[in-house]
Amino acid sequence: MSAGTGPDNLPWWATGVLLPVINVVLALVVSALVILAIGEDPLGAMWTMVQGALGTSEGLGYTLYYATSLIFTALAVAVAFHGGLFNIGGEGQAYLGGLGVGLVCLAVGDMPWYLVLPLSVLGGAAFGAMWGAIPGYLQAYRGSHVVITTIMFNFIASSLMVYLMVNVLIRPGQMSPESEQFAPATFLPLVQDMAAAVGIQMNPSPLNFSLFLALATCVLVWAFIWHTRWGFALRTVGANENAARYAGIDPKKVIILAMALSGALAGLLGVNEIHGVQHRLLLNFPAGMGFTGIAVALMGRNHPAGIVPAAILFGMLYQGGTELIFDYPSISRELVVVIQGVVILFAGALEHMFRPALVRFFATKPTATTKPAGA
Amino acid sequence: MESYFWLLSLLDSTLRLAAPLLLAALAGFYSERAGVVDIGLEGKMLMAAFAAATTAAFTGSALAGLLAAIGASLAMALLHGFACITHRGNQVVSGVALNIVAMGLTAVLGNAWFEMGGRTPNLPAAARFGEVTLPLAETLRNVPVLGSLYYELISGHNVLVYLALVLVPVTGWIAYRTRFGLRLRAVGENPAAVDTAGISVPALRYQAVLIAGLLCGIAGAYLSTAQGAGFQNNMTAGKGYLALAALILGKWKPVPTLAACLLFAAADALQTRLQGVVMPGIGEVPVQLIEALPYLLTVLLLAGFVGKAIPPKASGRPYVKER
Amino acid sequence: MHAVTVTPAPHSPPKSAHQWAVELVGIDKRFGPVHANKDVTLRFAPASIHGLVGENGAGKSTLMSILYGFYHADSGQILVRGREVEIKGSQDAIGLGIGMVHQHFMLVETFTVLENLLLGHEGGPLLAPAVARARREVEELERTFGLEVPLDALVADLPVGVQQRVEILKALYRGADVLILDEPTAVLSPPEVEQLFRILERLRAEGRTVVLITHKLKEIMAITDHVSVLRRGAVVAEFATAATSRQELADAMVGRKANLDVEKAPPQPGPVLLAADGVNVVDARGVTTLKNACLTVRAGEIVGVAGVAGNGQSELLEVLSGMRPFASGRVTIKGTALEPGGTYDPADARRRGVAHVPEDRLKLAVVKEFPAAQSAILGYHEEKGLARKWRLDWKRVTAKTAELMERFDVRPRDPALRTSLFSGGNQQKLVMAREMERDPDILLVGQPTRGVDIGAIAFIHKQLVALRDRGKAILLVSAELDEIMALSDRILVMCDGEIVGELSAAEATEGRIGSMMAGVAETATGSVSGEEQ
Repeated sequence: MSAGTGPDNLPWWATGVLLPVINVVLALVVSALVILAIGEDPLGAMWTMVQGALGTSEGLGYTLYYATSLIFTALAVAVAFHGGLFNIGGEGQAYLGGLGVGLVCLAVGDMPWYLVLPLSVLGGAAFGAMWGAIPGYLQAYRGSHVVITTIMFNFIASSLMVYLMVNVLIRPGQMSPESEQFAPATFLPLVQDMAAAVGIQMNPSPLNFSLFLALATCVLVWAFIWHTRWGFALRTVGANENAARYAGIDPKKVIILAMALSGALAGLLGVNEIHGVQHRLLLNFPAGMGFTGIAVALMGRNHPAGIVPAAILFGMLYQGGTELIFDYPSISRELVVVIQGVVILFAGALEHMFRPALVRFFATKPTATTKPAGA
Repeated sequence: MESYFWLLSLLDSTLRLAAPLLLAALAGFYSERAGVVDIGLEGKMLMAAFAAATTAAFTGSALAGLLAAIGASLAMALLHGFACITHRGNQVVSGVALNIVAMGLTAVLGNAWFEMGGRTPNLPAAARFGEVTLPLAETLRNVPVLGSLYYELISGHNVLVYLALVLVPVTGWIAYRTRFGLRLRAVGENPAAVDTAGISVPALRYQAVLIAGLLCGIAGAYLSTAQGAGFQNNMTAGKGYLALAALILGKWKPVPTLAACLLFAAADALQTRLQGVVMPGIGEVPVQLIEALPYLLTVLLLAGFVGKAIPPKASGRPYVKER
Repeated sequence: MHAVTVTPAPHSPPKSAHQWAVELVGIDKRFGPVHANKDVTLRFAPASIHGLVGENGAGKSTLMSILYGFYHADSGQILVRGREVEIKGSQDAIGLGIGMVHQHFMLVETFTVLENLLLGHEGGPLLAPAVARARREVEELERTFGLEVPLDALVADLPVGVQQRVEILKALYRGADVLILDEPTAVLSPPEVEQLFRILERLRAEGRTVVLITHKLKEIMAITDHVSVLRRGAVVAEFATAATSRQELADAMVGRKANLDVEKAPPQPGPVLLAADGVNVVDARGVTTLKNACLTVRAGEIVGVAGVAGNGQSELLEVLSGMRPFASGRVTIKGTALEPGGTYDPADARRRGVAHVPEDRLKLAVVKEFPAAQSAILGYHEEKGLARKWRLDWKRVTAKTAELMERFDVRPRDPALRTSLFSGGNQQKLVMAREMERDPDILLVGQPTRGVDIGAIAFIHKQLVALRDRGKAILLVSAELDEIMALSDRILVMCDGEIVGELSAAEATEGRIGSMMAGVAETATGSVSGEEQ
């Protein structure tokens, strides 16, 4: 409801569409400069990326598979954001969430996937929520800043997972720290198989049922933030903690709730990665998606309707980047990381640089509602 | 005697591992005491490490590498200042952005220029900061206890280690004994007081942020041209965040920050030595616990379970003149 | 509204160009649509104390911020000792010998007094030589002006009155010839006000110029030589203090006979709905900010609470509305006694039929970023009628807000418009509407007309009286004595955290309330501490 309306009352499409587009274009310009610096052809490289990401059913599958993970981690950032919190801990929460998913899948034996899915969602959400709620509690009741704590929790999560994988969960008689494989019955169906069932031919890709879970989660998060009392309480705390206290909302509880929910959403990445694709527990499966979620959320203006296209865009970058190295061996896929950083810089840190310019632009044609009203 | 040498070698590695942390933590000190949160220590170091290794590889000069490192890090610092000071952007977001840009850019450029999977070529000794043997070290080497202490622990580090250590008292002196230090500490606590005293808040904060850039530059050069012999992908591996933790654990004061850096470095040195060691009664030492210790400690401290760390009052808040 | 009564200039014309310490000529300043200063011309004589009075938002602080280089005037000239100057920043102002003591102190709390004095005036890159020199010079200043300050104490450890002296000392140490003080007494206790005034007299005796910004007329009468009155950004009157009266100043300030009389029938008090008995509040620093508060508010009456800002009224409102816990005593709401440490909080208060219009509207009562309709359900988002199961029903909320806007004449009538884009008066009407809509038995109101335009004031007053006449209990806290006297059936006076007296509407006079606010026995006279308008 108030998603697009900024502090300066710009029209929704200016903040919701124009601003992100400007950010993307600038990020692409910066990447083009990097490609030029390497001595390659930026336009050719970008065309290859688009081709690689959308040109084949396999590429499209990968793109959407990456987007699925990004939707979860970006929603995590967005929920915290509306509560006035900056959660950089998506990576660690996703890691722990994956652990929860994996433990569930290992425990259930060979139950059919549709019975396992609710449990693995619960497991992932619960573990992620715990890893988010602790920093939330520490901020609410002990005054330690959630930014620093979540950074620390990313590292702690990483050490914890190494310990567990190396010492506890490792499949006996094997060197690499990976768990037993889950029972095949529990595997989430791949979209290619689902498509084949209705007669559509798709090349193999890891895209799985989690995509639908992600889209459903978007709707739920949207309804939660803008259409429930809890969402109202969350946004009130995020906008003005004192007003929230006045309104009888306990900011401490809301902060913990927001961080738990944020962690739970990040934890769902585990459903896609572990339950959907890897079918076993292993190390480093979040692979930076927790951080990329920050860029996706910022670009999607912390609204699910913006996050989905932003996640797809970043999915394209990931997938296109992988294709890129075949045609342009001197360009590595980390180019995506550069773009991601530049997006965070422009859409996040330099937000105040573009906004005033837009405001000035719109101020030249004033409407009745942009002026302070009344006497 | 053997355990004495084991201890000396442990302390020796501690010093080596502490130096880059210390440089980065001191960088954070200047920035944060001026009220600008610096999550971007990591990225500045990484960029600097890459610039140093690349330049040293092309020129064969460690010094040229150092200068390039400082230049790259300063550019990042300037960007941070531009976002946070000039445009009053979110300091944390800007830091995160810089870290990610650095991670991507160093990998992309490294791959393109050297085609070694993100690594830069191995540097010859001449293109690195070599070990400095302090006067009389050889002579005193065989003097029991103190002589070996001097030879093994105090002598034989590269010049950047000594620089890092010297910078602790220098920073303390600057912060508490000079006009610049007074203003620096003031602007991190109450920028309005600085503004009404007729001093430019942005200018002061830019200076602080640039000093942070300078120090991160040195820290980065240390990683790739003193401790290591070339750049590897993401070679900072969280050292920037660890430095931030040390700064917090040191309660934003130079000498306690040094102590925290030494503690973290010792944990690191100990951890590699305890890999796979079975201790009586405990069993195999969980090295991951030692690895996570710095972060755990920082969380506990910030939460007030172990002492209390109070950040500079104005940190993280862009300065806007009141209406 | 703009019947400007410019009286003859208070000073004789200058004998030489240097007679004025500072002249502001034709200063004009706008902030967007707000015309903060309109063609203001003011002249301050050396070795004098010049008062600048006006209501909140009259443009006093903006004007002085222009003089101190915080803002730049859109047009106009500034002359210092007869010479036209350009003041681009605080640095220029300091260089010209202009010092300012801000309402919110500009001190670094973790620094010692001496370090604070040194800041920006260090005299060299190293501190050591400067410290020794500064200590000598500051001690000299302390002797000259009778300012006693412990130089090596941390500012955070000093009481507010001493911190203010540090601010004055700082300005003097930086060479201030002209010293501007912005509402300096707002935070001071009566004895501290006395001390401050002795210091200001010393400054005048030593040839310095003092500009005193205040809205307390008693202080103007007690200490100033000249006084200028600002209203709505313009100078509307100037007087030699000796030749004017409080009444004359008050009339000039408000631009009308200070007549806020509200038509109301005699009260018909019913049973006690709200009571406090020996309530104490201890703040985070361990200071008791509300002492042994005892009061009752009956159905069908308005009880006013008068006092200088910061004397416990805010704490009283916060305790009764559940915003702040109390340390001891008892609060009774509609016969239910609440003990300290209980579960009474703002949500509980609303459930019990206590509505609260807080003193600081923008900080508490609305969320600036929200559309008006969302600000209009703040505190009531749990209410049954606003939701269908778990879903907040925005259609219903919007319709209800539109209806409230109609009834309370909130303009523009646009529930989707951002809250911050309404004027202060319209925001306040929206808050009033929200709190009165639930037909509360008890209404707690703080500063109902602060920053509200005249038309809205009358409307809000009428609503309050109407609520009283419906048999509700109203507790009214206001810094505007006129408002207290116009609306209240009984008046409580607070000073230094205590309720020091109670007057019926019939017994209340400005003089009696004023001396109670100042914490002096009614027979004592000649005190300047305390507020009267």
